[in-house]
Amino acid sequence: MKVLVVDDETDVQILFEQRFRREIRAGELIFAFAHSGEKALAYLNEHPSEYVLILSDINMPGMSGLELLRLIKTTYPAPPPVVMMITAYGDSESHDQAMQLGADAFLTKPLDFNNLKEKLKSAL
Amino acid sequence: MEIASFLIVFFMVRYIRTSLQTAVRFPEWERILVIVQYAASGLLAADVFLDSSITKWLWHLLLLGMVGAAYLLKDFRPVRNVWLAVGPYILVSLFKDIAKLIDSDFYESISTVVEIAEIFTLVWLIATWVSTQRQQKALEKERLKRLQEEEQSRIIAGQNVMLEQLVAERTAELTRQKEELEQTLTELKATQDQLIQREKMASLGELTAGIAHEIQNPLNFVNNFSEVSVELIEELKEERRREDRDIELEEELLTDLTQNLQKITHHGKRADSIVKGMLQHSRTSTPQREPTDLNNLADEYLRLAYHGLRASDKSFNATLIMDFDEHLGKVSVVPQDMGRVLLNLFTNAFYATEQKRKTGLAGYQPTVQVSTKRLSDEQIEIRVRDNGCGIPKTVLTKIYQPFFTTKPTGQGTGLGLSLSYDIVTKGHGGELTVETEEGEFTEFIIQLPT
Repeated sequence: MKVLVVDDETDVQILFEQRFRREIRAGELIFAFAHSGEKALAYLNEHPSEYVLILSDINMPGMSGLELLRLIKTTYPAPPPVVMMITAYGDSESHDQAMQLGADAFLTKPLDFNNLKEKLKSAL
Repeated sequence: MEIASFLIVFFMVRYIRTSLQTAVRFPEWERILVIVQYAASGLLAADVFLDSSITKWLWHLLLLGMVGAAYLLKDFRPVRNVWLAVGPYILVSLFKDIAKLIDSDFYESISTVVEIAEIFTLVWLIATWVSTQRQQKALEKERLKRLQEEEQSRIIAGQNVMLEQLVAERTAELTRQKEELEQTLTELKATQDQLIQREKMASLGELTAGIAHEIQNPLNFVNNFSEVSVELIEELKEERRREDRDIELEEELLTDLTQNLQKITHHGKRADSIVKGMLQHSRTSTPQREPTDLNNLADEYLRLAYHGLRASDKSFNATLIMDFDEHLGKVSVVPQDMGRVLLNLFTNAFYATEQKRKTGLAGYQPTVQVSTKRLSDEQIEIRVRDNGCGIPKTVLTKIYQPFFTTKPTGQGTGLGLSLSYDIVTKGHGGELTVETEEGEFTEFIIQLPT
């Protein structure tokens, strides 16, 4: 399964690669990283229908995660991939908005990686 | 001629009495003069009823006595010159009577001349009299004038006293007012200090959410990297227990571990600097100038401002552009003060974009840009630009005034730009200028000497 992680913090890449190193080594998961909403969209357009799961931060400079979610859900060709949102602010407003826009899950920072692994497995 | 003598005595007595004011100044002379007047009246009556030649000699005596007294006596000195007027007449009439007595024939031969002379002396007397009266009147006028002047100067003196009193009262009042004003000034200074402190605290409040976010992120990394490092060590131990050890994997794990520890340090330091910045921001003690990396400072505060706003308004979003001059070098500033200026400019910039966004402009992307540039060996520049609502010309002159704010009541202290201006100009000898176009952009430019 190919997963695209969108976060403006570059160290997220190293973290994910280590946290999921067994899954990556086993070939169960393939990760790609984008550091902004704009880059994520561009990446998706370059690799159409490849990525089935998108994990995006909400609070990013420029295009926000919610805006990215809206664009993916409205313009991305079917079948729409699974989109999970991550935010440092676990407020209900963002949660409701994300759900309304069609997010499949709403996670708060700090990420519980075991929980995330389970969610990814269930998404498989 | 007795009538003439009587009139002369009468007027002379009157003249002496009024001129010398004998009634007031010389009561004994007054009495004598009154007696003289009665005597003259009696003499005139005697003249009419007794046809005696003795009376004319009494007239002569009376006139000579009066003139002599006026001429000789000290008390009559002011009227001494009366003899000038009366003298000729007395002499002529005396000469006439004596001549008549001694040799009436001789007198007859010169009588015409004597009588003409007598008339002349009378004319002389009257003329002198009139001219004296006139002089007297002029003198009287003068005296009145002097009296008036005296009265006036007395009034003026009185007024002076009154004015002096008024001035003293006013001075006392002014002194009291001055003291009150000084007191008020002291209170105002204290209030100003409190307000500055409150403004610091208010901006600290704005910062808190941003700080929490900014600290949360590195802390997450610290936690995550340490947790994953424990996993890596477990894996490494597992690998070493195996018969066929994968050296390459072990090396990889060790490299990752080193990298993780570096990441932990990096994010730990990141959190550390944020906390330090926050402490500096709220500090009240006299701040010290120190060589500061303004690129770092701008970066840090832009993030803090952004996340601070994000925390209070979830719908808020903006593109941040940072364009830093690598050759800026360190600049000697008071970091917390300059941080406040930047924070203030950023907060305003975000607010301006938010105001414009709320107008519902299609395709509007809020953007806040900070750039630094070294202008010369002695000068650097920081620009904070937003594509927000801009500043209307009407308020442009007021933006640095204390307490001036366009924000709704309770949302802005109106001290942000005023304090920023003071910090840049008075605190650092720099300049704070603004370029703006209503509805298009605002750009604040800080120029600092290095």
